Amino acid sequence: MRTTVYVPGDAAALALGADAVADVITAMAAVRGIELRLVRNGSRGMVWLEPLVEVVTAQGRIAYGPVTVVVVDSLFAANFLAGGDHPLCLGPAEDIPWLARQTRLVTRRVGVVDPRSLADYIARGGGEGLRRARAMAPAAIVQAVTDSGLRGRGGAAFPAGIKWRTVHDAVATQKYVVCNADEGDSGTFSDRMLMEGDPFCLLEGMAIAGRAVGANQGYIYVRSEYPHAIAALDAALAAAGDFLGDFSVEVRKGAGSYVCGEETALLESLEGRRGIVRSKPPLPAVEGLFGRPTLIHNAITLASVPDILAQGAAAYRDLGIGRSRGTLPFQLAGNIRHGGLVEVPFGLTLRELLYDFGGGSRSGRPLRAVQVGGPLGAYLPEAQFDTPLDYEAFAAIGAGLGHGGIVAFDDTVDMAKQARYAMKFCAIESCGKCTPCRIGSTRGVEVIDRIRGGDAEQIALLEDLCETMVQGSACAMGSMTPIPVLSALHHFPEDFA
Amino acid sequence: MTAILSRILAAHRDQPGALLPVLHEVQEAFGFIPPETVPAIAGALNLSRAEVHGVISYYHYFRQRPAGRHVVRVCCAEACQAVGGEALAEHAKARLAGSELTLEPVYCLGLCACGPAVQVDETQLHAAMTPAKFDALVARLESER
Repeated sequence: MRTTVYVPGDAAALALGADAVADVITAMAAVRGIELRLVRNGSRGMVWLEPLVEVVTAQGRIAYGPVTVVVVDSLFAANFLAGGDHPLCLGPAEDIPWLARQTRLVTRRVGVVDPRSLADYIARGGGEGLRRARAMAPAAIVQAVTDSGLRGRGGAAFPAGIKWRTVHDAVATQKYVVCNADEGDSGTFSDRMLMEGDPFCLLEGMAIAGRAVGANQGYIYVRSEYPHAIAALDAALAAAGDFLGDFSVEVRKGAGSYVCGEETALLESLEGRRGIVRSKPPLPAVEGLFGRPTLIHNAITLASVPDILAQGAAAYRDLGIGRSRGTLPFQLAGNIRHGGLVEVPFGLTLRELLYDFGGGSRSGRPLRAVQVGGPLGAYLPEAQFDTPLDYEAFAAIGAGLGHGGIVAFDDTVDMAKQARYAMKFCAIESCGKCTPCRIGSTRGVEVIDRIRGGDAEQIALLEDLCETMVQGSACAMGSMTPIPVLSALHHFPEDFA
Repeated sequence: MTAILSRILAAHRDQPGALLPVLHEVQEAFGFIPPETVPAIAGALNLSRAEVHGVISYYHYFRQRPAGRHVVRVCCAEACQAVGGEALAEHAKARLAGSELTLEPVYCLGLCACGPAVQVDETQLHAAMTPAKFDALVARLESER
């Protein structure tokens, strides 16, 4: 019997040498006359263990990692194809505590299945949500999503059910479902991992959404920085056959504009224009893509739906705390020892994530600041690490969970420099439509430069400028850039002296 | 060039919102978007040349001039900054001054748990980059013919 070996094809694994490892395993097996079946799965999300090679044995999938080309020979010598012991052996992958302690719903198949195989997807529970949805009235699907308490996972956390209801109720001959996979926030990669590791799940979520709101056409807008995700989606679509029924999906490639992650700028881009934000109202749910009612959601939001229908809204709603229901795939990034994807119910504290999962800093120095929620998210000091991971609890301290990206910095960080970068990034990426963002960001860089040069009187000017940006900007780019700037200033004033 | 362009335009003529897909294919075919293609693109999609130019110049990804033999993108975003990305970017700038390779900043490659991250051309990725590893990578790219 041929042994099945998994070597991740996820972009992070590739960046850590997975292709070369796969090649060497194949070549050495051939030399030894061993036939094996090599599957390029997604990543389990334990990035520090990548490339994480798994071998299917009677005792389950035995994991080895991080595997480099130079150790492959010793793996064969240790008979790893039968699960043999080796210094890199981690035992059954599913029993690794870091993974076993998680509650994987939306990412349950990521790193497990062959992302190119519809049969594998179906064999591991995929398709059940869509099958149930087809037996339900559209309004009942909308009700199930509403009852689950699911909120938009892209960052704004708007209740999904309200969006679905609005598009469902809109009267139009053509409606659209748009997936926002323009995952531009630094520190985030859950959309990427899902698209690369379980693309059928996203497609299924979109087909369910299409049935619920009355749309037969979907678009997935993926940033150009994610060529592997685009390839995985295209391959899944090519293998989908009639899985999606009469629902069509087209993958569109972005072109390196951060602000296109804002939903109306994304729609402009899909229509073939500069990614400049639209004024709201009208909401996209009423007048969206090509002027038609459009359900637009982040990839994780849409991919959460198959499980909600398959397991029932109550099972999802029963997880989490307060008004934050279900799970969020957090992403531990930056200066962190055990970085990667941690899907857990809302309610853990930031500290538990940073230390129990993350293991502290990668450098071994104390963690000093953590940016949660991307470039528009607040920098939090150690004193706030006990905040529960909950949308409202974060809002109460002037922060946000955003898309769940958590970037850790050790005590060598210069927070005035980070504040300057926030303004600089806004200047680079501003779409230019509104003045507070377009001009304010450049003035912000200059003011911070003067503060860093020793002119403390400029701090009042910076606060004033931030107030103008918050109040006067057209979208989150300009109105939220002051969040990292002011949180850095207020929590770490010593760096601005 | 005309034949390739005509084929691309014919394939997308009836696609709603076709401009970005067209520009991606043009850039893939020629390595950049030659200015002389703009009138034909505008004509085929019933847009003004100004509109097409506006889109090309808006998006960081589209280039109006050919790139060097390879494009090296160094991530300059926060997660990579937290693990030495800024020093790496400065090192890269100094190392590639006058090189045949094109250096560009990129703001996140989604490799935030294993930075600093570098992308070469479209699909070649490198994690946990150091100045020494970067020099070795560049030497390899420069010696390729």
